[in-house]
Amino acid sequence: MGVNIESSPDGLIARLSGEIDHHSARQIREKIDAEIEKTRPKKLLMDFEQVLFMDSSGVGLIMGRYKLMQIYGGKMKIIGASERVKKVISLAGIERLGIFCENTGVSR
Amino acid sequence: MKAINKMKITFPSRSSNESLARSVIAAFVTQLDPAVDELIDIRTAVSEAVTNCIIHAYPDKIGEITITARLYSTGRVVIKISDKGCGIDDVEKAMEPLYTTGGEERSGLGFSVMQSFTDKLRVVSREGKGTVVTLEKYITLKQRQAKQS
Repeated sequence: MGVNIESSPDGLIARLSGEIDHHSARQIREKIDAEIEKTRPKKLLMDFEQVLFMDSSGVGLIMGRYKLMQIYGGKMKIIGASERVKKVISLAGIERLGIFCENTGVSR
Repeated sequence: MKAINKMKITFPSRSSNESLARSVIAAFVTQLDPAVDELIDIRTAVSEAVTNCIIHAYPDKIGEITITARLYSTGRVVIKISDKGCGIDDVEKAMEPLYTTGGEERSGLGFSVMQSFTDKLRVVSREGKGTVVTLEKYITLKQRQAKQS
C-alpha cells in the first residue's frame, strides 16, 4: 500500500497502490516530493493502475504534484486511471491540463 | 417508514480511522445487496465527510465523530456523519466546488463528491457546536431469482 518510485531515463514513475485518502495521501506526497527534490526530473508519471480506492484527497495529491513539477519546469502525466478514479478527478475539471495518458509512454 | 436495520459508531478523529469508516459503512450497506458502483459511491461520500471532520471540525485536537446509518426496505440508505467540532460559519461557501480552507494539498471537492455520489446531501452546522452531514442514497433493489438458483 502506498507508492513505489522508479527512475527511468524519462523521469520518475510513481506507482500508487491501495486506497488513497487523506491519511495515506500524506505519506505518498512526502515520498514523491522527496524524490522530485532529489532528482529534479523532467517528467513525473503517476500510475494509478493499482489504486483500489480514491477520494478527493487524491485530486489534491495530483494537483499538488502538478504544481510542483511546473515550478521545476517539468511535466506530470497520469496513467492507468480507472473509470472510478477518473470520475473523482473529473469533478475538478482538470482534464484540460492534458495530464491523462492512455498508454504508459514508458516501458515497464 | 421504519428502518429495517440501523447502526451507530463513534470513533476519535484520527486520520487512520478514515478507512475504518469506509469499511464499516460498506459492510453495513452490503445487506441491501448494492451494485459495486453504488457501494463505492457511498464509501467515497462517507470518506469525504469523515475527512472534513478530521481536518476542519477538529483542526487542533482529536474529537469524536459519530456515524449513524439506517437501511429501508425500499433501498433507501440514510447516513449521518456528525461531530462536535468548530462548525462551519458559511455552509454555502464551504459547499462551493474547489473552495477550501484546507491549504494547497486539498482540492476543495469534498462536498462536490458527496453531492454527485449520493442522491441527497444536507448540511446543518452551528459555530462552536458542530456539524451534521446527512447523506441519502437509493440502492437499486435487484429482482430475486430465488426459485431458479
